[in-house]
Amino acid sequence: MNAIALYFRYIGLSLRGQIQYRASFIMQSLGHLLVTAIEFLGIWALFHRFGNLRGWKLAEVGMLYGLISMIFATADALAKGFDMFGDIVKAGDFDRLLVRPRSTVLQLLGQELTLKRVGRFLQGLIVFVWAIVSLPIDWTFAKVSLLLAAFVGGVCLFMGIVVIQATITFWTTETLEMMNAFTYGGEAASEYPLAIYRGWFRKFFLLIVPLGCANYLPAIAIMGRPDPLHTPQVVQWLSPLAGVVFLTIALQFWKIGVRHYTSTGS
Amino acid sequence: MGQIVVENLAKAFHIAERQAGLLGAIRGVVARKHREVRALDGVSFSLEAGELVGYIGPNGAGKSTTVKILSGILVPSAGRCEVIGRTPWKNRIEHVAHIGVVFGQRTQLWWDLPVIESFELLRDIYRVPQSDYIKHRDELIALLDLEKLLDSPVRQLSLGQRMRCDLAASLLHAPPILFLDEPTIGLDAVSKLAVRDFVKRLNRERGVTVILTTHDMDDIEALCTRVIVIGDGKILSDGTLADLRNRVTRERWLTVDLAEANGAIDDPDVTLIRREGQRVCMSFDPQRISPAALIGRITQKHAVHDLFVENPPIETIIAKLYAEGRG
Repeated sequence: MNAIALYFRYIGLSLRGQIQYRASFIMQSLGHLLVTAIEFLGIWALFHRFGNLRGWKLAEVGMLYGLISMIFATADALAKGFDMFGDIVKAGDFDRLLVRPRSTVLQLLGQELTLKRVGRFLQGLIVFVWAIVSLPIDWTFAKVSLLLAAFVGGVCLFMGIVVIQATITFWTTETLEMMNAFTYGGEAASEYPLAIYRGWFRKFFLLIVPLGCANYLPAIAIMGRPDPLHTPQVVQWLSPLAGVVFLTIALQFWKIGVRHYTSTGS
Repeated sequence: MGQIVVENLAKAFHIAERQAGLLGAIRGVVARKHREVRALDGVSFSLEAGELVGYIGPNGAGKSTTVKILSGILVPSAGRCEVIGRTPWKNRIEHVAHIGVVFGQRTQLWWDLPVIESFELLRDIYRVPQSDYIKHRDELIALLDLEKLLDSPVRQLSLGQRMRCDLAASLLHAPPILFLDEPTIGLDAVSKLAVRDFVKRLNRERGVTVILTTHDMDDIEALCTRVIVIGDGKILSDGTLADLRNRVTRERWLTVDLAEANGAIDDPDVTLIRREGQRVCMSFDPQRISPAALIGRITQKHAVHDLFVENPPIETIIAKLYAEGRG
């Protein structure tokens, strides 16, 4: 069985396990949906009071918000195995993965697909659809492709962050809470246009952890709106690649971590 | 060339020393002191296909480290290791496809899945063709008496049941080599016997090479013809069980049930080991006095209900070996 088919085998089992507790699944998804909906209500209230945010309309922020919410919910659901890696190492379960003739990445991705994230995804989707309907976007095939690419690139980016978080565990054994600054914190920061932040903050989220490439730059290109940061159009169109590059680097880092583990066994 | 060759294997761990108190903890973060621990220090041995070897030693002797290196989980600091011509840590995936590993302490199965589904997932992970899978699975189910357990989730199994399932799970891909790391730990007597019986058949009938680490000397006596003893990262002894006995001690034990309640045995050629009521256990050197002569002398002087001569238990032999190695 090839790696992709095996991945779906793993995920099938994971989903079946979660659906066994159906009531719990429905409640948790609904909870996620409501909590994040209230979050967006907060943003709406701000705009209602102040009209706009440095020239950004509510619908434009809604597009950024909806896109990053969908991206984050998806990445969070896919990379659960890496997210809980600290527990796996502590329990000594990583040894079990190593004695199986498959890549550790595949086995960890197969650990769980967190179904309840669907609540957050749906909430993001609702805001996103409302936003693009309200905005005067003339949709072309290229823009639809860019949107899909931005989604994939963003998911790669967040998964990369979680992979790095897991890799650090090889040295610390504890999952670093600090890394939440990049996952939850990065997600929260990306709900607003990157242009409103200070220079060093912008640079960090464009060049080091390129979260700006996940929603801000592609959204600018899709809206056809002038960018206060004056990024060239070609950069906007190529921005989804940043996430893919980031994940590739994270996976190399992961390999170093596994090598460290096998030489220390701790 | 053996099926498993280990030459001068060494493994050193760097362990951060914890210092006492808050100040020590802070100092530990800034400048950590490291202590080097040699888990393995020049271990060499070679196994032919079809051997069943006991690998024993006290906690921290290097047993688990050796098994982890052999199964590709750990990379050694120095030395050579080949399993069926492959170096375990160089090509992990290819290597682990040809071995089976069972850790007594933790299961290889999926906690929430019924046993049979764990088996099917392992079939896919190990790429076992369906016809082979059915053949191996059915044989293992029959040998280990698993029929009734297949539909239970692993978390509902007793330790003994779980171990039987774990053994089957490690063999679905029919590996020629099996590493068993303390497979009988915590098991009740009946389960221990079942595991031993299975391992013995696997080795005798299928020719599977087995390396067995254990604390349970009964496992060794029941299963292994060859015993490797390790202590402080070095091999202290490697040979048959009989060799080990002869090397360390020639003594044999004589146990006598006396008729009188408080009778004492006073003989220049025996050393008292213990006495429990009427039963007296003592050791003697068969080269100084033959068992027949000794028994004759004792039965002349004392009224005896029963008596028997035996080898000292393997624990005693190992303890002597460690004492020698340290001294």
